[in-house]
Amino acid sequence: MSLQEEIRSFIVDNFLFGDAGTLNNDSSFIKEGIVDSTGILQLVAFIQEQYRVVVEDEELIPENLDSVSKVAAFIENKMKMAALVGEELEVAVGGADGAV
Amino acid sequence: MKSGEFSKEVLRLDPKREVERICGRVRELMLTQVKRRGLVVALSGGIDSSVTAALAVRAIGKERVIGLEMPERYSSGESQRLSGKLAASLGIETVFEEISAALEAVGCYRKYDEAVRMVVPGYGEGWKSKIVISNNMEHPGFTSFYLVAQDGAQGTTRVRLPFKPYLQIVAATNFKQRIRKMLEYYHADRLNFAVAGTPNRLEYDQGFFVKLGDGAADIKPIAHLYKSQVYQLAEYLGVPAEIRRRKPTTDTYSLAQGQDEFYFSLPYPEMDLCLFAKNNGVAPESVAAALGLTPEQVRLVFQDIEVKRSSTRYLHLPPLLVEAVDWQ
Repeated sequence: MSLQEEIRSFIVDNFLFGDAGTLNNDSSFIKEGIVDSTGILQLVAFIQEQYRVVVEDEELIPENLDSVSKVAAFIENKMKMAALVGEELEVAVGGADGAV
Repeated sequence: MKSGEFSKEVLRLDPKREVERICGRVRELMLTQVKRRGLVVALSGGIDSSVTAALAVRAIGKERVIGLEMPERYSSGESQRLSGKLAASLGIETVFEEISAALEAVGCYRKYDEAVRMVVPGYGEGWKSKIVISNNMEHPGFTSFYLVAQDGAQGTTRVRLPFKPYLQIVAATNFKQRIRKMLEYYHADRLNFAVAGTPNRLEYDQGFFVKLGDGAADIKPIAHLYKSQVYQLAEYLGVPAEIRRRKPTTDTYSLAQGQDEFYFSLPYPEMDLCLFAKNNGVAPESVAAALGLTPEQVRLVFQDIEVKRSSTRYLHLPPLLVEAVDWQ
């Protein structure tokens, strides 16, 4: 299942009683009345637990969380960033080991 | 409306006329719809319950109004002192019901502490806390809720609340409003009275109440009044100045909490004007000029008003039926 499909499935199961209806990947959760501010908390909890990323305060904005495709892009970006930081850490640790 | 025309004057009313109108309507509703012989008003020492009680006294007489004082473990002592002062000034009977034992029995405090410990593991005896919201005026985005916890040594922790602890904290806290309402109806039933609710328009419109808690009542005499207008009536009705000067508080959490910290984007005078402007089609530019905000900030407040209306709509709904049942 692609990232978009996973997000979509979470939204449909948790907020639409399993009935996707007219939801498409670009439907605005807020404008369509699919997810409210409490729902956003639930979505963030899902993202953090499922994908092991930390959603910062300043990232709680519609640009990141207001549609299936926005959420998927946001997570993808977060995971890439986390991987980059991980690689840099490995290099740093490796370098330190080498020095010893 | 042109820029410069919009100001707080739009909320100015004729207090004498408005008081007469409300009292006439309360009498009419009591006689034709509610059909109970008096009103119970829960007193918090705040402006809304004080004005509601004063209106009830004017409408049906002080001998037919009873004030309930229902503090709990974390209520401010100020609330009780001021509600006593109000009751004395109106000459109404009051009943004192300390609700901490009832809250203890239903697990309110334990469930609250459990939820807080999900984010602040050391939370316990000697700590105090409250919930505050993110400042959407400074950082536009989805509303986030933060727990502010203070230990005995006055160290303060502020942590964003995840989904589960947030819901449990709110659910546990709602016991307070619901236990109070249960007692209001106990006294209403034993006296053959009805219950007067105390929301102002800002609270009523924006869903700032607990369903079947402070949201429950038989009659809500000030639900059509902006909070600034409630203050105007308070002055006319002779509500003690100390109550009129008191900063609005929720008096619900162990740490003092302003209503604008927990729920509204702006303090009530500005929030009132934004709500009026939105309801009456005033352009954000005119509102911004009057309030010293930017048009973009006013648009954010308008948007927040709409979001709150939508997310709290269910609080206003009666139980929904699969098909209409004619009972009238």
